[in-house]
Amino acid sequence: MSQIHVTSRINGDATEFLCDADETLMDVLRDRLGLTGTKEGCGTGDCGACTVAVDGRLVCSCLMLGAEAEGRNVATIEGMATGDQLHPLQQKFIEMAALQCGICTPGILVAAKSLLERNPDPSEEEVRYWLAGNLCRCTGYDKIIRAVMETAADMRRAS
Amino acid sequence: MALLAGQTGAHVLAGGTDLLVKLRSEMIEPEMIVDIKRIDGMRAIVPEAGGWRIGAGVSGAEMGEHAGLCADWPGVVEAAGLIGSTQVQGRATIAGNLCNALPAADSVPAMVAANAVVRIIGPKGARELPAIDVPQGPGKTVLEPGEFVASVFLPPRAARSADCYLRFIPRSEMDIAVVGCGLWLALDDADRVTEARVALGAVGPKVMLVAEAAGAIIGRSLDDAALADLAAACSRAATPMDDKRGTVDFRRHVSGVLARRAAEIAAGRAKGETA
Repeated sequence: MSQIHVTSRINGDATEFLCDADETLMDVLRDRLGLTGTKEGCGTGDCGACTVAVDGRLVCSCLMLGAEAEGRNVATIEGMATGDQLHPLQQKFIEMAALQCGICTPGILVAAKSLLERNPDPSEEEVRYWLAGNLCRCTGYDKIIRAVMETAADMRRAS
Repeated sequence: MALLAGQTGAHVLAGGTDLLVKLRSEMIEPEMIVDIKRIDGMRAIVPEAGGWRIGAGVSGAEMGEHAGLCADWPGVVEAAGLIGSTQVQGRATIAGNLCNALPAADSVPAMVAANAVVRIIGPKGARELPAIDVPQGPGKTVLEPGEFVASVFLPPRAARSADCYLRFIPRSEMDIAVVGCGLWLALDDADRVTEARVALGAVGPKVMLVAEAAGAIIGRSLDDAALADLAAACSRAATPMDDKRGTVDFRRHVSGVLARRAAEIAAGRAKGETA
């Protein structure tokens, strides 16, 4: 079968790509567009390592076809920093060592950013439920949750 | 429609949270995938005849953000909100949950308790079918080749009525129901139950509507005796199997416990208490 021509906006940039009909958005991002910050964990929507935002809504990019991105706005971890200026969440994760091996980190940062955009003052419980689909096998989650809570507090003070 | 009718081996894509897993595991190798989300109406929640019509492409997250739907059918919305993670809820649909036809599907007992009716579109035109009749067994549906569920209709919410969905899982999130219970009831001015529908999931090959459980509370106030009869009827009706997630005895017991708790929550909602 011939490939499908897709036009979408990725991290704000108009982007065109060809993909197979059964090719996931995750594979398009990583293998065709070189955006390897989006990680493959389980490939079945359980671990959240491949989390991106599509039209502002979090999805597992392994559970979405590349062809479905036609006309959509896709936000990946590569679009999170502004030039050399890290997003406050990224900065806080480094300061608080809220990561170890790092493979879950891009997905968690994308998911946490989406949470804080919707709810600038989440409770710990809300953070834990929101991130329940982002598995981390290293940290035990405590530092991740605290880093998100502290970032939220910093961003509230700054605004 | 012509695409689905003309091509054997065509699969419908709505939220994709089941389809893409099957694709990856090579459980299915479709000749064609038809994405229905860009068809008019598929991503809309629209008022109809006092109830709500939910397009087959509407995600659980979109349902949870719809104030009118949340007010009328909180049980269906909370069931959809239990499917997978935040990421999965951004894509997964209740129409897909129904058509995937797994016994533990969270939104299905809630839809059955709500007396939901689905609109099926196919090569021979459209037909309407109660949601309970769609799943026929694990992974099996009543859909003919070329047919798909286009929308789910939730009927008008009667005065002093409400629904609730509860499930038991050993974790707090991201798990598959060991037992699920959807329950809808209506109360009269003296808080006696006038009508009820009780549905159980994950305790048989497909969702079950337990008429005996509804019968146990209709005409009665929800006192301890009525709730105990409700629970006993659910425990008797359940036909679960032993597996790694729960034993037969445990699932029977939990069926009753969840029904009892769901009845209390639904009654509170029917009286206008916030919950």
